[in-house]
Amino acid sequence: MRSETEGYVRKTLIPPAPPPRRLGGPLAWARTNLFANWADGVVTVAILAALAWLVPLALRFLVLDAVWTGTSGEACRPEVVGRPVGACWAFIGEKINYLAYGSYPAAERWRPNLFFALLAFGAAWMLWLGAPKRAWGAAYLFLVFPVLAYALLAGMPALGLAAVATGLWGGLLVTVVVSMVGIVASLPLGILLALGRRSDWPVVRYACIGFIEFWRGVPLITVLFMANVMLPLFLPGDVTVDRLVRPLVGIALFASAYMAEVVRGGLQAIPPGQMQAALALGLTKTQALRAVVLPQALKIVVPGIVNTLIGLFKDTTLVSIVGIADFIRVLEAARADPRWSAPAVPATAYAFAALFYFGVCFSMARYAGFIERRLAAGEAR
Amino acid sequence: MRVVRPKPALLKSALLKPALLLALALFAPLPARAEPAPPERTLAQVKARGHLVCGVSPGVAGFSVPDGQGRWRGLDVDFCRALAAAIFDDPEAVRFIPQSSAARFTSLQSGEIDVLARNTTWTLSRDTAAMNFPAITFYDGQGFLVRKSLNVTHVKQLDRATICLQQGTTTELNLADWFRTRGLTQNVVTFANSEQTLGAYESGRCDAYSTDQSSLYGERLKTAHPDDHVILSEAISKEPFAPGVRQGDDQWRDIVAWTHYAMIDAEEAGIRQDNVEQMRREAPSPDVRRILGLEGGYGERLGLTTDWAARIVRHVGNYGDSFARNLGDATPLKIPRGLNALWNQGGLQYGPPIR
Repeated sequence: MRSETEGYVRKTLIPPAPPPRRLGGPLAWARTNLFANWADGVVTVAILAALAWLVPLALRFLVLDAVWTGTSGEACRPEVVGRPVGACWAFIGEKINYLAYGSYPAAERWRPNLFFALLAFGAAWMLWLGAPKRAWGAAYLFLVFPVLAYALLAGMPALGLAAVATGLWGGLLVTVVVSMVGIVASLPLGILLALGRRSDWPVVRYACIGFIEFWRGVPLITVLFMANVMLPLFLPGDVTVDRLVRPLVGIALFASAYMAEVVRGGLQAIPPGQMQAALALGLTKTQALRAVVLPQALKIVVPGIVNTLIGLFKDTTLVSIVGIADFIRVLEAARADPRWSAPAVPATAYAFAALFYFGVCFSMARYAGFIERRLAAGEAR
Repeated sequence: MRVVRPKPALLKSALLKPALLLALALFAPLPARAEPAPPERTLAQVKARGHLVCGVSPGVAGFSVPDGQGRWRGLDVDFCRALAAAIFDDPEAVRFIPQSSAARFTSLQSGEIDVLARNTTWTLSRDTAAMNFPAITFYDGQGFLVRKSLNVTHVKQLDRATICLQQGTTTELNLADWFRTRGLTQNVVTFANSEQTLGAYESGRCDAYSTDQSSLYGERLKTAHPDDHVILSEAISKEPFAPGVRQGDDQWRDIVAWTHYAMIDAEEAGIRQDNVEQMRREAPSPDVRRILGLEGGYGERLGLTTDWAARIVRHVGNYGDSFARNLGDATPLKIPRGLNALWNQGGLQYGPPIR
């Protein structure tokens, strides 16, 4: 048989192939993304079938069959309304103040509202990359805001703000406070612990290792029980630590141990040559850490940090077990109301909680994705 | 490979000392268990603080439930308000701390709360564990929710029936004991929480749902057709709910006990929230005069004021008022008085005389 090649070189041209049937448009997109091969097609069809089954169900429960107004659970009973009943949003409407503020005195509710507004302002300043003077935004959120928030929520009689005991706080307010304290405390603490764990000084290194391993070695629920059940027994009779502060400290320390390991992962990914080069240029070790090592390390661990923060946000619901009236706890208490006893109410309460947590966590994840893409822009040259 | 550090020696000595101190502080022994509060101190502490701190359940229909504005309501809540009214003449001078069932006794022991009014069953082992139960505010018992269509009126008729229960409670033991001693058999199906238990009962998986009667009335309301179900009047266990106080403070124990008795005695004497002022003016009988503090001076003996009981009835009402408002026919629960009727009306609520 006559060879088509001579050495490495082909002797004749290959015949031209026909043009692709379609280059653009939705059909081509679907072919490449959804039905590229046999397995893809099966998965796509299965997902579409599941959506076709679930979406109408969810839509009917959440919107079409939902009851929007009413003054008691009777309004959410099918035999009273005369049609199938989905979610009982009237229940959420009636309890919304309790779900948002717990037992915070009604006359003082402008204070949590102002707190939410100040928090949103600080978060927007920090997170919107085009905002002016973002360094000041960070200072505001991490230093000024916690002090302001404390004075505002707990009260400061010197400023004419009546004291409000933390036992009265509840609902969304407590969930936000617990999460914010965890986030604001765990980031800087975690970075310090990660640096400490890599320190050359044995005392610092072993103290940090001991701290991290201790807090990672116990379940969060144990920490919370220790804080709210055991600690009061150890303290002398006249020493009391606020019962909201105790789990707050526990959560902050617990979260910082996890954060430390995430940050350490980033630090280890930076080649030692970076530090050596920085020192050779005459930077001090602190300057080198701040300007060379940490920015690169933190950029690498953005997904890990966000993962930890989302986990922390969801873990805050555990405080309900030790009697802190967080969002889940107040939902549970609200639906114990016999006036609002109806078969639809428990499902409504849990659907509301699911929507709330999904909304918050999904936004966090989306924002982190945006930041990652922006930080990766430098590598896409 | 180690990084070369500039001027390590100086930094090292400057940092070593605080780090060492920190390490020492971290591992320093914790202070030993605190001495229990000296006796006869609770009332003084409450007065100095300006409000009562009351541990309640985080949400049990009729006993302690927050309303849409976060204000607590219920029989246990009313008891705390009555206590605050007796001490401060102000039913709002009380702070409610919802207690999980795990932490409730510790909170009382550590002094975090002054009184625990959290539908807690008085048992010998709890009574001897450093706490006291001054008076029984609600007589409960394990009961059964069944379909009306079954035509069951006595628990005995549930022989060979399937009964739904919640896991990890004493209800299972009570049930087994009760049926075994009577030579009856039952099939028990247990579930992790009350939602699942009720769901199984409603779907026809079981013939009856068993738990405390006071909870069954709330559970019945959660069914699709509450009127199709009935709660048997018979109970197979004794669950006396009582407020708890720390041992060793007899004055406080007396105050808590007599706050309940004042509400009972007021009901027996016909003193209600809506006629207490009229009764105070007319004072028809020596009993009424003594309860309302027009005669005697019994409140001072408790460390309170002469008109302590009048304050309770004025702000909170008598026991019957509170029961009707939170559990009775005025509420969706519609729990009958049953054992909680006054002693002279066939119940067990008996207040020793204020004399």
